[in-house]
Amino acid sequence: MPVPVVSASTQVLGHAPGLARHGSKPRRELPDNPGVEKRFLASLRAFDDAVAYPPHQAWLGTVHPRDLPERPWMSAGGTGASRFGPAGELMPEEELLGLLGILDGFELVTLSPEAADRAARALAEHPLAKRLDLDLLDRARGDAEAAAAAPGALPLHVGGDALAGAIRGAQDDDESLSAHVLLENLLGKATASLALLHLLEDNGVDPTSIEYVLSCGEEAIGDRYQRGGGNLAKAVAEVAGLTEASGADVKNFCAAPVPALVMASSLVAAGDDRHPAEDAGGSLAKLGMKFQGHLSHELPVLEDVLGGAAALVEADDGRSPIVRLDAVGRHKVAAGGSATQIMEALAIEPLARHGLAMTDVDDFATELHNPEITEPQGSGNVPDRNYKTMAALAARRGDIAREEIAAFVAERGMPGFAPTQGHLASSLCYLPHALDRLTTGDARKVLLLAKGSLFLGRMCQLSDGMSVLLERNEAEVRT
Amino acid sequence: MIAVGERDGISGPAIAACAKAAGAEVVFVATECFV
Repeated sequence: MPVPVVSASTQVLGHAPGLARHGSKPRRELPDNPGVEKRFLASLRAFDDAVAYPPHQAWLGTVHPRDLPERPWMSAGGTGASRFGPAGELMPEEELLGLLGILDGFELVTLSPEAADRAARALAEHPLAKRLDLDLLDRARGDAEAAAAAPGALPLHVGGDALAGAIRGAQDDDESLSAHVLLENLLGKATASLALLHLLEDNGVDPTSIEYVLSCGEEAIGDRYQRGGGNLAKAVAEVAGLTEASGADVKNFCAAPVPALVMASSLVAAGDDRHPAEDAGGSLAKLGMKFQGHLSHELPVLEDVLGGAAALVEADDGRSPIVRLDAVGRHKVAAGGSATQIMEALAIEPLARHGLAMTDVDDFATELHNPEITEPQGSGNVPDRNYKTMAALAARRGDIAREEIAAFVAERGMPGFAPTQGHLASSLCYLPHALDRLTTGDARKVLLLAKGSLFLGRMCQLSDGMSVLLERNEAEVRT
Repeated sequence: MIAVGERDGISGPAIAACAKAAGAEVVFVATECFV
């Protein structure tokens, strides 16, 4: 049976302060509160500040999360930070809007001539320019004010309040094709495509070698007869020039990236697809989700970036980290829903099955949401809570002594560094670091662990989760 | 009582089960996710 490995991983951010007003929370709160809207718009970050923000540099792979400076990070960003990092890039919003125009195949997006020109000039200088059909931007050129004033249309802004364009709905009486839903979906497509294009470009991957794409983003693509029907994976594959690929979407709330990785690895193990790829686009709905807490603490609106990620899985190349399909943790229906029961299923059971202690794992990647974003709104430090639960379980198992709990958290956990982009924050954002640590670094095992809140969809009271062990590619480890 | 739980803490049904065992009348149960 072929052994699956993760051979490449990329991660991107799209700076979108002008679009943050279309996040679910701002969209509900701002229209009826002009004073709050004014403060919101005045509290959006400039691009250079977003680039310099230390957690974003950790996202781009420039710094390991454990090497981040002490908080507060808002004041810790230095000058000289680059929008490009080892794992990917942070794209400015003018380029992101241009990408939106290029990837829109149904003339939904209108960009003002000025915005289209700015985007065209910037994207022509972009490292991925040769992989983008910049001429397609011309389709989007138009009267932004007229387009924004059309019934059902949404304005597209750059920065605080500068109108740059608009997006229209595709069908007046179909809420699944409303301007807002289509904006969410197109931004998911754009950020996932950006990540996949970087995966090809930065790693010298032949696009025709990829035969299947699994998309694990959160957007529900479809019309009124099949909301959420998909398939964003194939749309992204088309953008990236994966002419030999097909694809499908994997849905499991925030947990989806780990099942998608396990499925892609299973295709390799089955000998069916040599090069499956996994991709995930960003979530517009979550922009500005906790803005009230940020404003009340005199912070900028920190949820102003859309995420994106892509990874390549293939048969053992002798160097890339191995996906241990025999060490997958599943949160079963009967497992129970408490934090400790979930963690036992995901962080202990797959290890115990192989006689491994929790201390055999160098890094645990769990919900890695940036606490500087969540704490001001009263949501606490999510990764810290998860790591303390893991450490307590390790102590209960006898893997560590009680007095070693703090050291376990510090050495095998890490500070949260991800924007609250749901699925991307759920361990997937650590994948570029995991590949580094398991190849050029000194780690031998990394556990990716993701959880999903199924109960939010009101179909059951359950949550779900999945974990998978990644292992250094060494003969002595495999045998 | 109203039982509101959290995924990374104690779920709503777990709180409700404890409360019912202690004799409380539970009129609403929900679990939320704060991220």
